[in-house]
Amino acid sequence: MSIELEKQIQELQKKVESLEKGTKDQLSMVVFSGDLDKILAAMIISTGATAMDTKVKLFFTFWAISALRDPKKKAKGKNFMEKMFGMMLPRGMRKIKLSKMNMAGMGTSMIKGIMKKHKVASIEELFAIAAELGVEINICEMSMNLMGFKKEEMIDYPNLKICGVATFLADASESKIQLFI
Amino acid sequence: MTSEELKNLKADKIVDARGTACPGPLLAAKKAIAEVSSGGIMEVLSSDEGTKNDIPKWCQKMNYDYLGVAEEDSYIRLFLKKA
Repeated sequence: MSIELEKQIQELQKKVESLEKGTKDQLSMVVFSGDLDKILAAMIISTGATAMDTKVKLFFTFWAISALRDPKKKAKGKNFMEKMFGMMLPRGMRKIKLSKMNMAGMGTSMIKGIMKKHKVASIEELFAIAAELGVEINICEMSMNLMGFKKEEMIDYPNLKICGVATFLADASESKIQLFI
Repeated sequence: MTSEELKNLKADKIVDARGTACPGPLLAAKKAIAEVSSGGIMEVLSSDEGTKNDIPKWCQKMNYDYLGVAEEDSYIRLFLKKA
């Protein structure tokens, strides 16, 4: 092989390395909405992505955090406002509602029935699959505090982390795909 | 490959994902492919219409050889080869 060619190959290898370092085969998603349909979409995309060997990092913020509450767990030391918020917001993923056609809960239970008929995984199943496949869940600390939630009342999920906006930005900047739901 | 050729193909692993909806077949395929050695052929059975487009895309991403689809009455059979 000529020296010229070898040089060119080395340069190309360096370029490829820097490109690979720039963005990973990774998906970063902000899950903002607390609506059942939107969180279902987020979880279907996430589990699908892991099937394609794409690493998934979810950043749960604002209303979406309600879905991560464990109805069996209770947190102590809440003030009046935090208790009020806790009462008014849905207690976990079983309680979240459709963004449209909820019709006082009728629409939501109807869609759950239709999903079962079509053998679509339920939201609980999707979270279990996501845990098994290594989908990472990060919770935004600031909005968790605003809603008056505590880490102790969140679901059991492997490596559930509490973080800030910098974690999302750092993850997103090295992800090929970024989404906001 | 033609539909006839595919139907005569002997798969090393058959994944029956019939009755599940998206992303069920994809997750089932992902789980099963781990048991296929390189060069092996896997067949995915699905009754979900979208799988026909999804599996080729998945193969493209994962660097598997997508061989084609054979249609039966109520389901489809998708064939791929692990590189």
